[in-house]
Amino acid sequence: MKTPGELRKSISFAIIGSGGAGALTAGAILLETAGKAGWYGIMNRSVGPQIRGGEAAALVRLTTHPVDCMAESYDFVIAIDWRNADRFAAEMPLAADGLAIGDTAGGEVPDVIAASGITVAQMAMKDLAGSVQGGRENMIAAGLAAKLAGLPVDTLMAVVEAKLASKGDEAINASRACISIGVSEADRFEQSFHLDKPVTGSTGRWLITGNEAIGLGAVRGGIRFAAAYPITPATEVLEWLAPALTRVGGALVQAEDELASINMAIGASFGGRASITATSGPGLALMVEALGLATASEIPIVVVDVMRGGPSTGIPTKSEQSDLNIAVYGCHGDAPHIVVAPLSVADCLFTAQWAVHLAEAMQAPAIVLSDQSLGQARALVDRPADIAFVAKRNVLGSEVEEAYDRYALTGSGVSPMALPGTAGGQYTADGLTHTVKGVPSSKESDHQNQLDKRRDKIENFDYGNHWADIEISNDDCTDTQFTILTWGSLAGPAREAMHTLAAEGISVKLLAIRLISPFLKQNFLDALQGSQRILIVEQTHSGQFHEYLRAKCDIPGEVRHFHRAGPKLIGPAEICARIRDWKTS
Amino acid sequence: MNIQQSPNFKASDYKSGLTPVWCPGCGDFHVLLSVTKALAELGTPPENVAVISGIGCSSRIPAYTNCYGFHGVHGRSLALGAGLKVARPDLTVMVMSGDGDGFSIGGNHFLHACRRNVDMTYIVMDNRVYGMTKGQPSPTTEPDWDSALSPGGTGLSPFHPLVIALASGANFVAREFSGDIKGSTRTIVEAVRHPGFSFVEILSPCVTFRPDERQWKTQTHAASVEATDDPARAARRIMTDDGFNVGVLYRGRRKPYETHVSDLAGDPAILEEEFAV
Ligand SMILES: Cc1ncc(C[n+]2csc(CCOP(=O)(O)OP(=O)(O)O)c2C)c(N)n1
Ligand code: SF4
Repeated sequence: MKTPGELRKSISFAIIGSGGAGALTAGAILLETAGKAGWYGIMNRSVGPQIRGGEAAALVRLTTHPVDCMAESYDFVIAIDWRNADRFAAEMPLAADGLAIGDTAGGEVPDVIAASGITVAQMAMKDLAGSVQGGRENMIAAGLAAKLAGLPVDTLMAVVEAKLASKGDEAINASRACISIGVSEADRFEQSFHLDKPVTGSTGRWLITGNEAIGLGAVRGGIRFAAAYPITPATEVLEWLAPALTRVGGALVQAEDELASINMAIGASFGGRASITATSGPGLALMVEALGLATASEIPIVVVDVMRGGPSTGIPTKSEQSDLNIAVYGCHGDAPHIVVAPLSVADCLFTAQWAVHLAEAMQAPAIVLSDQSLGQARALVDRPADIAFVAKRNVLGSEVEEAYDRYALTGSGVSPMALPGTAGGQYTADGLTHTVKGVPSSKESDHQNQLDKRRDKIENFDYGNHWADIEISNDDCTDTQFTILTWGSLAGPAREAMHTLAAEGISVKLLAIRLISPFLKQNFLDALQGSQRILIVEQTHSGQFHEYLRAKCDIPGEVRHFHRAGPKLIGPAEICARIRDWKTS
Repeated sequence: MNIQQSPNFKASDYKSGLTPVWCPGCGDFHVLLSVTKALAELGTPPENVAVISGIGCSSRIPAYTNCYGFHGVHGRSLALGAGLKVARPDLTVMVMSGDGDGFSIGGNHFLHACRRNVDMTYIVMDNRVYGMTKGQPSPTTEPDWDSALSPGGTGLSPFHPLVIALASGANFVAREFSGDIKGSTRTIVEAVRHPGFSFVEILSPCVTFRPDERQWKTQTHAASVEATDDPARAARRIMTDDGFNVGVLYRGRRKPYETHVSDLAGDPAILEEEFAV
């Protein structure tokens, strides 16, 4: 490395390879290395449709500060193999001063990259790896990337050693040798993309995916039963829960389909165990009837939907926010339930834990709307705070009065639930409209009373200030003319846009909604007080969130709407551009 | 299999006192009686029994018992029951539904419940018709049975529940006739006691839409061959079955599904270590 160049607050790079080349492994160890050295970061993966043998790209962003979204432009890309890389090229536009390094034996540089005018270099990665007994190109790429990014090479070596500990000295030495080759090869390049020193003061760093964070939040919240049917991109929630639940005295059952998985969860919860299942859009569609059953019979369950592109099979590996409508409106009849959405990878933990708490407290189903961009992203985050929320169900005690009414009309709408085994508490949970005792009834008054009860318990609940994240870029600025209004995973890009605009002197408020349903109209309107221009941002083709808000209230001020289907994620620069345009218009 | 012996229970202790919606003469009355007699004989306190069902006339049964009950959605009773039993192995779980509920909309769950072998009892009140929706053919209906929805009959050969149960791995397989209270009670007691997934088909006439089924009283007969623990022998016996053999067909020896749940509250904090960098 000749001249260190300017230190950066954020760098992004991609490592591409065909399946089995280990691009994703290289990305993961670089992320961990950055974490050990005190930086923050996030990694997502882009994979082709093949199960094995297809191309894969590790998309990595490293930062000096906590970060919640991927970058929109890449500083360098290392291709172990260029073949099929044009499939990813659109997802990783290179910065003007960027660098693309490809293996001489790895095929032609894609036109989009060659034509972009950035520096394109060749490196004989395959030959270099071949010079080491058991050497692999992905470790050369890792060494190269570490040096370009200014990551400490000894930390990288330590991470790799720990990872390969079970494979023996030979594998470790081969990897060390390849990393060293990559590091010295980096000196050939003029460019450097070194990160600035990280902000300090955190109490330790975690490396976690959104899907794992959902699992952990659920268990922390008290979940002890899960029913599973695999589906991309939600499977990792279930795969994480399977061994985890066993360690805390719970159980996971693999079901034959989602019709079964949700009903198993309902059955287990009827028995008194806080229960969960996780799926994606197609599975949620199958679960809808049973969601109504849980609502009517007042059995708490948590259903996680890690959203992907839809409708139908859609784009299984790519993110979208387009299950909003089915999550809120999917059930037939009037079926009030809870819908929450995590606002970042780290927030997956909080929101899942909160969802368990809400479901259990209100004896109702809670849907957690995560998405692929959170679920399968691996992020370096500050160790999450311990949260007090745990499952606390209003359960009938062992001293049962003569006449127990399972569905008694209480002020709150929540009535004590008898658990099987409690003598004198026997009742039949039912999806049929029922009396306070649970006896089927088609009387108008029973129908009305139970509908009111189920609405009231959800509408009158105290959600505290967790319903949304509200932030203002600079507190001393009184002119918060602009508000970016968004939900779920789009909170990350929106927050970053807010900070970028603040640095340009444009003060912006962020309103990112975590509690989608019920909709807290008064809180919402209060949060928008003083906002004159509101930009609604969401990752849907039809603008579901915008329509939802419009149906719920008259949004004050001038409103503009930025929405787009996946797979291309909406990023901060696009949001900034819209606010800047608006300011000058 | 949670048999707490207590000889003090009577069948009436397991009845809720609610008047069933069933037509007079419906076979399901007899099934209710046999189930309550069986529970009394088992001596499990009503609060430790859960009766789980789907949708249909037959599926109305939970509320007529004095046990914990769940009247779920159409076809998913086995999933509700499995979730409950895995979460609460201490309970006696009885899943009860009809032939439409269990073999048509819930057919896939039937296969997998047999395979999974969770320790619970599944009683299907088979009337070879959809009673609740007023007389359409079910998977067990004869091919020439005429109805508004299938004029002249479906022309389809009926589904054979015992064959499917055996082939799918059920650990106990039996058939009874609802009118034979003694036989049904005996078999239900045995089914509940038998470890793993026990399947009992009870022929239960729908007097309203299948008045011909009143004949079942004379058509049913004890099987001429003894029950077996050998699936091959059981399969041979079913092949010679005229559909009206009653009694236990098969007592398997498969290990029931292991749940491993415990109330030993492991601290979730142990799960956090893997994330620390
Ligand atoms: C999803 C769904 N589809 C259809 C129905 C209508 N339905 C109610 S009961 C029933 C058939 C019941 O037949 P069976 O299980 O044989 O019970 P029986 O009434 O004969 O005892 C049907 C189709 C329903 N309730 N739910
Ligand atoms: S319709 Fe048939 S199955 Fe239903 S209650 Fe009447 S007799 Fe019984």
